[in-house]
Amino acid sequence: MERHFDEELKGLHKDILKMGVLAQEAIYKSIEALKNRDKAQAEEVINKDNEVDELELEIDEKCIDLIARHQPMAGDLRFITTGMKINAELERIADLAVDIAQRVAELVAKPILKPLIDIPKLSAIAQNMVRDSIDAFIRKDVELAKRVVLSDPEADKLRDLVQDELINDYITKDSNTADRAVPLLLIARHLERICDHATNIAEDVVYMVEGKVVKHHIEDLE
Amino acid sequence: MPKIQSRNLNLWYGDFQALKDVNANFAQKKITAIIGPSGCGKSTLLRVFNRMNDLIEGVRMTGEVLIDGTDIIDSKIDLVTLRKKVGMVFQRPNPFPLSIYENIVFGLKVHALNKDNLKEIVEQSLNSVLLWDELKDKLNKSALSLSLEQRQRLCIARLIAVKPDILLMDEPCSALDPQATSRIEELMRELKNNYTIIIVTHNMQQAARVSDDTGFMLLGELIEFGKTQYLFTKPKDKRTEDYITGRYG
Repeated sequence: MERHFDEELKGLHKDILKMGVLAQEAIYKSIEALKNRDKAQAEEVINKDNEVDELELEIDEKCIDLIARHQPMAGDLRFITTGMKINAELERIADLAVDIAQRVAELVAKPILKPLIDIPKLSAIAQNMVRDSIDAFIRKDVELAKRVVLSDPEADKLRDLVQDELINDYITKDSNTADRAVPLLLIARHLERICDHATNIAEDVVYMVEGKVVKHHIEDLE
Repeated sequence: MPKIQSRNLNLWYGDFQALKDVNANFAQKKITAIIGPSGCGKSTLLRVFNRMNDLIEGVRMTGEVLIDGTDIIDSKIDLVTLRKKVGMVFQRPNPFPLSIYENIVFGLKVHALNKDNLKEIVEQSLNSVLLWDELKDKLNKSALSLSLEQRQRLCIARLIAVKPDILLMDEPCSALDPQATSRIEELMRELKNNYTIIIVTHNMQQAARVSDDTGFMLLGELIEFGKTQYLFTKPKDKRTEDYITGRYG
């Protein structure tokens, strides 16, 4: 027998997916704006953040309502509490995309510092991790979630690489490049933080599906 | 317009005041739950809506209770017509010791209604409580042969047969196990598409799960009344908060 409650859970699932789509779109567009030096696209990302914020509040309220009214247990309880956490992670991801868009808006007014090589690579990793973490949530796919968690160190390495290059090859050699190097450095840092949030989502998925806590215990995954 | 409006309603059993200045609007085609500790007046309030309290000696009421704009406290109101419009389901299912078929057509005979298409009405009524497929070949069996859950469904079907507008439910699941309770709750959600339902329950979780609006009563007063979602997450009155968090008493 399908419960009325199941209908409400499906509604929550759908809302979280929508949040995931908005967050992914925000990252994609902020990086496209960087590659194409497109200020209008960067501003679009900044302006659309309100929609994400509103949806975040709506999902939170729905989760609290479901807990209060249905006293969920076991898998249902894990789904709702995980949903609340994923909701917060996705909102932070969208905020970081806004941070990137703001840096892009500063950069487009200045001459190009250098061709972009590692930042697009880092961005591809971030987008894949976010997409896979949401897919893992949709499909309750623990293996995919684990792969997301295990790919985070690669993002950290790439961020370090970008950082080292910008500091050693540009800022240290010519301090006049700082006003262009620092925004790029921050973008790399924002992308790496996005990967951290995707990792959190993936860890939450493992908990949701298996009831097993893998947060802060990466060794348990291998 | 709300289906039922209670305005400054007071009720006494002799010297004892059981309802104190109750003001509330009960929305049409929604489920409203009334919760509160034993003796708070919730069943009394429910029984006002079809004037069942009239059966108790020494009952006195003041104020107004408007159903579709008509004051039912008025002594001139026809109680048979009122109780046809406002049906009631009780704690323990109480089918008559008759066949399933006779149970359903009983109300129609009392109200001298629709005697031509009785079979059709029996089918429709049993269908609306999701019992038709189970019972269509057993209509002549005694209603007392049914399980408790089936009996409760049958009692609801018996009401539906006379086409009421409002269903009053007084602890309708208290005699049922959790699975049967859950199925009756699903049925209530189906029924609210066509009926205004008011349920009195001790079971706060049930009120939270099933209702659109909830009222909390204490010592004859309606302390708080509003959307179920908000009453259970952000109650305005401390007494409501204390009750729903188990701190009361």
